[in-house]
Amino acid sequence: MPRHEFIVVDPDKCIGCELCETVCSFVHDGEFNPLHSRIKRVRIEPLINIALSCQKCEDPDCVNACPQKALEKSEKDGSILVDEDKCSGCAFCIRACPFGAISMSTETGKVLICDLCESTEYEEPQCIEFCPREAISLRTVDQVGDEKRIDAVKRLLTELLAGSK
Amino acid sequence: MTLEGYTQERVNIHLDTGKIEKGSITEEFCTNWIGGYGFGAKVLWDELKPGTDPLSPDNILVWAIGPYPGTFLPTSSKYGLFAKSPLTGLFGLSISSGSIAQQARRAGHNLIVFYGKAEEPVYIMFDDGDIQILPCKEIDLWGKGAWTSDEILKEHFHDSRLSVAAIGPAGEKLSKIGCVTNDRNRQAGRTGMGCVMGSKNLKALCFRGTKSIKVADPKKFYVLGKDFVKRAIGTATAKYRDYGTPSGLASYNDMGMLGNYNFREGYFDKMDKFTGQWLDENLVVKKVACSQCPIACDHLAKVPKDHPLWAGAVGSMDIENIYSLGSNCGHDDWYAIIKAITLCDDLGMDTISAGTTVAFAMECFEKGIIKKEDVGYDLSFGDGEAVVKMIEEMGNRSSKIGDILSDGSRAAAKKLGGDAMKYSMQVKGLEFPMFDIRGMSCFAVGASVSIRGACHLRNGAYGLDAKGKFDRFTYDKPLERGKAIKVVEDEYGVIDSLIICKFTRGIYADKQDHCDIYKAVTGYDMTPKKLMLDGEAIHNLAKCFNIREGATKADDYPPERFFTEAPTRGPAKGVTLKKAGYTKVLEGYYEARGWDKEGVPTDETLKRLGLDFVIGKLKGGKK
Repeated sequence: MPRHEFIVVDPDKCIGCELCETVCSFVHDGEFNPLHSRIKRVRIEPLINIALSCQKCEDPDCVNACPQKALEKSEKDGSILVDEDKCSGCAFCIRACPFGAISMSTETGKVLICDLCESTEYEEPQCIEFCPREAISLRTVDQVGDEKRIDAVKRLLTELLAGSK
Repeated sequence: MTLEGYTQERVNIHLDTGKIEKGSITEEFCTNWIGGYGFGAKVLWDELKPGTDPLSPDNILVWAIGPYPGTFLPTSSKYGLFAKSPLTGLFGLSISSGSIAQQARRAGHNLIVFYGKAEEPVYIMFDDGDIQILPCKEIDLWGKGAWTSDEILKEHFHDSRLSVAAIGPAGEKLSKIGCVTNDRNRQAGRTGMGCVMGSKNLKALCFRGTKSIKVADPKKFYVLGKDFVKRAIGTATAKYRDYGTPSGLASYNDMGMLGNYNFREGYFDKMDKFTGQWLDENLVVKKVACSQCPIACDHLAKVPKDHPLWAGAVGSMDIENIYSLGSNCGHDDWYAIIKAITLCDDLGMDTISAGTTVAFAMECFEKGIIKKEDVGYDLSFGDGEAVVKMIEEMGNRSSKIGDILSDGSRAAAKKLGGDAMKYSMQVKGLEFPMFDIRGMSCFAVGASVSIRGACHLRNGAYGLDAKGKFDRFTYDKPLERGKAIKVVEDEYGVIDSLIICKFTRGIYADKQDHCDIYKAVTGYDMTPKKLMLDGEAIHNLAKCFNIREGATKADDYPPERFFTEAPTRGPAKGVTLKKAGYTKVLEGYYEARGWDKEGVPTDETLKRLGLDFVIGKLKGGKK
């Protein structure tokens, strides 16, 4: 099974500035509107900041939930593709997504899902390009697991080393 | 003709009748007055009757933004509030950031003007173009803290992203230092705009905008805007990101400029842990940003969970509130500072005025003007817990002394009588920011000519002293100093109108940079010359507002203490301001501005700035 990269946001680095949202809507639609952003900033006062975007689930609930069969997981990069002709705006996918990563255009009534800026004129995902804290990155599940393991071991060893002194 | 960037819509809200009128503003109005400060100055000059009691229904409250909110231009999400200030009796001006401006801009708003007083406490929901004046009683909002109000309103409208600007109990109870809080840690803090909202029975403004925003030249905007985002994470803003504004505690203290013990001193005696670095390494748990800001100067510090009094309190740390609630009250108790900041923000009081007013009270306590039986405890310098207690009593007006102090140090000094006024550290009624000006001969003038009262943000003249542009202990080259202050002041007039954050002032290489981004957003071919002339005209109009309200040259002088009492330690030891020298620089500034020796703009200057409509109207008001 091919491993696809998806957007990962580090909550320790995220400052909640919303630049990712603003630039996302701008590069996709030529206008600024966070409601049309494919990445969403979440702030829980006072300390929690993160942004959430499509996680490219292996067996996506959104695709399974769509009664119009308008959603399809791309073989190429794992993105969830929206067939705008089929999408009826029923929002079943929005309810099904465990991350709240899908939104609906206030203008077309069609759903909007992160396409890693494939449909724009830019090569790199623009949220990553604009993030002032390098909090957003592209990762595969293997890389995420790898980094988590390294973090955990570092933490554990620091505790062990500190305890042995 | 239409401009992008601006919605060119003006809304008048008559709180007494509930009538809401929508009109438009012209392209000329937008490009001459730019937004924010400029809009506020023009509306108040044109419409506020001279001599109006700031707390009467006749006062006018202006909410305004410029052309940038909603775009990703760094620090573009800023709004301003303007009214006759109940604290100073003069031009009231307060600017805040957070989410409000971009949300309001998407809702279609550019300029909102509030008239009259609502019969009962209300809040207003701006749901795109739909505007509803709603009673507080239905959701039990009146009496709540600004933070709780924010939570209640977000839940009521089922929208975690709803933008809420609210007053707390301080504003409701007409504390003259009442502020407006939004996004928890952002305040339109100074000059009592929360008090004006309270006097209008106006508890909160809620904004929800769903409309997309266009700019005139999207391709150009992308290139320029991205470059500014990159510059905003470069060296020009490093200090705001790393240790934040508290990094200045050590550096300004080293120059003897850090106000402490109610400005008896400028060199603090408790600096071991009283630095930005110590704070950052020990207590800051998170750095967060306003909408569209790459800097994240909002450094959140937390009181540890085992603290007996204030466990878990999370406060937004800034050099100004650390000075006012800390060193100026003679203590270095970080936990007390954090707690006092949270109280000010939630109760809705300006941290600078509140802390400096407590410092004033501590000196009055020391001198026996305020007695222990009046307070119930020792209100002594050095006691952080006493600061926290008094802030709570001021915000709620819940004790005799708290009630008196709730209106700021000048009003309190009048009530307390005796020598109290000697200890009120303010200009025009607005309490001093952090700087001890005795060894700052440029900023002494800069802070004192500020149209809203003692302030570091109307002109950055402290930089002229701190960076050694002029000898900070002498008064030579008065006209050159005056010109230098004028240039920064005009530039800040532009920045406060656009409105962008002063922390990004260093990312613009020159005025052309400002014009380029202004054109990309609005489509209007702005020139550096016109932009600076606009800034100068805006500042002059606000000055004329003050003169019309009765302000004189005497209002452009700092407190006597700075002329008569010298610090006993630090680099400014033994130094006081000299009145003759000060007056020379003050008059140099007047001359640089094209004002007469009394600080009144000449007809020639008014004509040059396109302010002909002011001529002949500078008399007749009373303070």
